[in-house]
Amino acid sequence: MARIAYLLPLLVFAAIAAWMAVPLVRGDDPSVVPSALIDQPAPAFTLPALPGRDDGLSHTDLGGTPALVNVFASWCVPCLAEHPLITRMAEVDGITVHGIAYKDEPADSIAWLERHGDPYTRIGVDLDGRVGLDWGVYGVPETYVIDADGRIRYRHVGPMTPDTVDHTILPLLRELSG
Amino acid sequence: MSPPVVARRFWAARFLAVLVLLPAVLLTAPAPAGAIVDPRERLEDPALEARARALSKDLRCLVCQNQSIDDSNAELAQDLRILVRERLLAGDSDDAALDFIVARYGDYVLLRPPIQANTYALWFGPALIFALGTVAAVLFLRRRAAGIDRSPDPLSDDERARIDALLARGMDADGPSDRPDPPAPARSEKAEP
Repeated sequence: MARIAYLLPLLVFAAIAAWMAVPLVRGDDPSVVPSALIDQPAPAFTLPALPGRDDGLSHTDLGGTPALVNVFASWCVPCLAEHPLITRMAEVDGITVHGIAYKDEPADSIAWLERHGDPYTRIGVDLDGRVGLDWGVYGVPETYVIDADGRIRYRHVGPMTPDTVDHTILPLLRELSG
Repeated sequence: MSPPVVARRFWAARFLAVLVLLPAVLLTAPAPAGAIVDPRERLEDPALEARARALSKDLRCLVCQNQSIDDSNAELAQDLRILVRERLLAGDSDDAALDFIVARYGDYVLLRPPIQANTYALWFGPALIFALGTVAAVLFLRRRAAGIDRSPDPLSDDERARIDALLARGMDADGPSDRPDPPAPARSEKAEP
């Protein structure tokens, strides 16, 4: 009995160490904040279209089929990094991807899309970032998975990687479509 | 070789000056931080502006993580400061304005986490661990003190008889012993001057 009491501090230490090792080994990013809007309807918003286009984006465009809403900007370098992945999802996997041009001059957005390709179904211009605040955007890029009922099911902060696309985003979209 | 006395005095004076002035600098440093609030953001009504400043100190700037939006000059912090002021102008109470932002950014945006089921460990964990430690320490110390103070139980008649027998045997140098003799050389060395 007394021997077990001596081992107790070691056991407590082992338990705490194991508990802290899990997120380290799993590679969690402590700077990622989960969205407060998970499983809630997308906030009501209406954004104008880029000049020369007639789409724009509003909450009524969401729902029906599962879709992605990608917050991007021409000044955002990580957005460029994930752009080929978004293009692939839109063109190869047939995913509906909507864009929110966040705090970006429309002319810059247009030039950026002309240069790097435009995979977006609809694009809304959030020049002052007000709609971004309603979505809880705190860093660009951010990508939201919207289900067929127009609810936010998942948010990815920062550039998507092939790994997040193949193991998180696409499986979730398949599940939502199924 | 030691440095000239004058030089040493000079360095000592500098050191003292730093010691004396450092707290003053540190204490006044936060004041300019208030200047981050853009004059254009400021509300006309000083009472509302004071409330906005107070709320801003409780809201985390999510891109800088451990600064309040009042301290941060990040763009997002500015947007949130303006949002707080808009809510106050719209007639929100302080709590309603905070709720408005929490609804969008989650509890994480609050620098003072709310007391709720998933934060009990955060709020009460340290006190609990302290209490457990105190109990353990008290028990340990009490047991140890009891061990020190307790005078041994008096010998029973049986024990006394055994001791007497052992002592009697020890007095008789030639008597039979069930213990091996102590090593003779060691004893003789010590015995001889």
